[in-house]
Amino acid sequence: MDQRKFRLGLLFAVAAIALAFVTPLAHGAPALLLRPGLWQAATGAGVLFALAAWYADWRGIAPGLAGAVIAAAVSLLLLRDPGIAGSAAAGFWAIVVAPWLAAAMCVTHLASLRPIRKQPRRMINIAVPLLFGATIFYLWEVAARGFGVPPVLLPSPSAAASRFLESLPTLAADFNQTFIRGVLIGYAIGCGAGLLVAILAHRFEFLGRGLLPLGNFFSALPLVGIAPIMVMWFGFDWPSKAAVVALVTFFPMLVNAIAGLSAAGHIERDLMRSYAASHRQSLAKLYLPAALPFIFNALKINATLALIGAIVAEFFGTPTQGIGFRISTEAGRMALDMVWAEIALAALAGMAFYGFVTLAERATTFWHPSYRT
Amino acid sequence: MTSSSLALVPSSTRTLVRHPLVERYAPILATVLALVAIWYVAAVAMNWTLVKDGFEREETPYTVSDILAGTMDAERPLLPAPHQIAENFFDSVFGYPPLAPRSLVYHTLVTLSATLLGFVLGAVFGILLALMIVHSRVLERSLLPWIICSQMVPILALAPIFIVVLGALGLQGLLPKAIISAYLCFFPVAIGMVKGFTSPDPLQIELMRTWSATPRQVLSKLRWPAAVPFLFASLKVAITISLIGAIVAELPTGAEAGIGARLLAGSYYGQTVQLWSALVASAVLSWGLISIISLVERIVNRGMGAR
Amino acid sequence: MALIEPHISFAGPAEQPPIDTAPKRLVVDAQNISLTFETADGKVDALSNVSLKVTEGEFVSFIGPSGCGKTTMLRVIADLQQPTSGSLLVNGMSAEAARLGRSYGYVFQAPALFPWRSIEKNLKLPLEIMGFSEAEQQQRAEHYLSLVNLKGFERKFPWQLSGGMQQRVSIARALSFDPALLLMDEPFGALDEIVRDHLNEQLLQLWRTMGKTVLFVTHSIPEAVFLSSRIVVMSPRPGRIIDVIDCNFPPDRSLEIRETPEFLKIAQRVRNGLRAGHSYDE
Repeated sequence: MDQRKFRLGLLFAVAAIALAFVTPLAHGAPALLLRPGLWQAATGAGVLFALAAWYADWRGIAPGLAGAVIAAAVSLLLLRDPGIAGSAAAGFWAIVVAPWLAAAMCVTHLASLRPIRKQPRRMINIAVPLLFGATIFYLWEVAARGFGVPPVLLPSPSAAASRFLESLPTLAADFNQTFIRGVLIGYAIGCGAGLLVAILAHRFEFLGRGLLPLGNFFSALPLVGIAPIMVMWFGFDWPSKAAVVALVTFFPMLVNAIAGLSAAGHIERDLMRSYAASHRQSLAKLYLPAALPFIFNALKINATLALIGAIVAEFFGTPTQGIGFRISTEAGRMALDMVWAEIALAALAGMAFYGFVTLAERATTFWHPSYRT
Repeated sequence: MTSSSLALVPSSTRTLVRHPLVERYAPILATVLALVAIWYVAAVAMNWTLVKDGFEREETPYTVSDILAGTMDAERPLLPAPHQIAENFFDSVFGYPPLAPRSLVYHTLVTLSATLLGFVLGAVFGILLALMIVHSRVLERSLLPWIICSQMVPILALAPIFIVVLGALGLQGLLPKAIISAYLCFFPVAIGMVKGFTSPDPLQIELMRTWSATPRQVLSKLRWPAAVPFLFASLKVAITISLIGAIVAELPTGAEAGIGARLLAGSYYGQTVQLWSALVASAVLSWGLISIISLVERIVNRGMGAR
Repeated sequence: MALIEPHISFAGPAEQPPIDTAPKRLVVDAQNISLTFETADGKVDALSNVSLKVTEGEFVSFIGPSGCGKTTMLRVIADLQQPTSGSLLVNGMSAEAARLGRSYGYVFQAPALFPWRSIEKNLKLPLEIMGFSEAEQQQRAEHYLSLVNLKGFERKFPWQLSGGMQQRVSIARALSFDPALLLMDEPFGALDEIVRDHLNEQLLQLWRTMGKTVLFVTHSIPEAVFLSSRIVVMSPRPGRIIDVIDCNFPPDRSLEIRETPEFLKIAQRVRNGLRAGHSYDE
């Protein structure tokens, strides 16, 4: 990144810190200098920013980020003062802008670095999005509390997090109902059935040519609409949600598995023919292993679809627990922090599920060219 | 000649009728007919006890054929027969003026408007974001991982929040639904287009550089044409998600109009056949929208020289 | 006849095969093989009345331009494709019976190794299918891998080997179940010339020690003349045999032989045959 831009941004950060000392933090609230501990920290942050501005290259990243963390902590501690939270003025916002600018400069510079060795490159690849995300969360927190946004509208991350930790028992019950029972069981049934039918379709070509277009057709439909019918057939509890998940995951697996089973190369097929291999032998030794990348593609897509399917199916009616149930009822009650907690749970579950499938994929399809570039 | 052109002809292909049209459509037709037959059998099987109990409750004498006929004509069947659904569907579509609240066309249009608006907004923002990511290394490294992560999160679960929050802000009706749809289809379009814009061979980009092409020229002459297949693939995904989003958005507040509302009403009041009609409507809508995109894709591809 | 006998006794590199005075049997007996198929541009005669007899232990090369039918002929012998007319006996039985009896090993243009199997497992693939015992599989895999000088690469995966090494594994795999016949379809076509020379030498040595019948398709004149005991020159449109040339080079020949006058004379004869078959025309 341009050295001048870097230096300029950090100098502005220093200026912002200085501004915080001279302008009021909030109407009627004590000034920064009157708060012991905080003003020293703010000064320290300013010094670090100045240091980073002086270096104005990769050596400035560490002091810049350190200063940003300190300044951010100062602003968060200031929010504890009820006189500031909800009615923050220019001085406070200056202390917010400073770390924001500094973090932005440092992240930008970090992103433009191109180290040669693998280890630092990997660390940067993880650090950049994490720092970016951390900045966003920080800004969200400060904005929500500084502007006094009603928690009904947009709770701050800290409020949502504390609500999350408080409600762990409820969350665990919801997780069990939706994920363990609805998602996992439906996912296993749907993906398993899809694979089996695909194997049959591969064996009997006529069936395959009829099923593939139908499979494509059905995977484009809003299958979650089938939820109320499943409730009618299987009752309100988790079996109907598992049925929806099974249906939703069946078609992507069918389509992908059919494509995967035909992916084996022509020469390899001739090779098996020259060995006079039976169809079962060819299936086990050639077609299925060659189809694994496609099957895992479907497994990954289905991981997300299954979770969405289960949650949306619960919007249509569910006894007393479940992620979807909790979201719709708490949203109706305007208890949005509980909703965010549930969403965080769903997000964590989704990412963990997807990550798990990806790990399994890497273990079994390590040989695929896409891993070797 | 490569060995693939001298390929072994599969012996399972019937050599009876070799006409290409028949070869292509016969399997599909056969499978569909088989599915319909299975459906009828399932309808009879699943509605049997229902109908039988109904007869016994009213203490009317019945025969097996009475029950058989009853299973295919029940008022609140567990599984309506295909002809029942077809009948209800055509009634709801053609039996009422298009904008009457009982017409399926009306509900479809309501959902369609939210879908289209959300689709257009989401697609435009997705493409813009993709353009920004491709041209800014910072954005690519900081934002793209989050976008990829967001694919694993069940974003649809956010629908109720949006409705409630936007409702509290005073937005009702079409706009919140469209915003949810836009939000849902924005990520797949963004990721698809990032892949598309970065798909050109490095050799081709180097060639542009030997001609001192400006970034804008590289964009318009190389990246955009290369991204067209990815564009249409992600638009098809986007329109599907947008439709699902619009339907789901109608659920939390118990909306009065739209396909989702019809689904909800059907399930609350036990109107099974109406429910199935609404499902068929959503299927028709989905298939129709994707067909339109496929048609546009074919026209564009022909203009770009694809076979 | 000549079904696999899974005993383990291989002629080591130092031994010479016994000199056989009994009449050699016919491994391939093809009479008037024709193969026509329909394309969008009309009928194509891939093979037109091709007749060929191959006795045991020969190294027969098929050479010609693209479209002359040499690959098709090999595939017909392997029962990977059926002729439209003509008779064919492989090892004294129909081509299909020969295939079901696992009488031949086929080496393709590409190594066709399964990327999800290690080199060792790749070698065991045909043995697993044909029902050899675990101990047998292990022994054969080790033996044939060292025969192609790739000992030590058992645990590696195909992408970790160069193209030439992969092709050597493919050859070892084709030999692992002791087939009577070895069919090779331009096995070295995708490799650079230096690797190709090296592999030619290795293949020649393998042939000498194992005494198998080899049918070898190539479009390289030096390669055909260097390796073969008989060269079949083919030409396209329709696919047919133009000339059959006997080569009698000493069995322990090296690559230097390619500059000798006898070699060049035979190469010239091949070239004339190709020209006569309009192979050099547009």
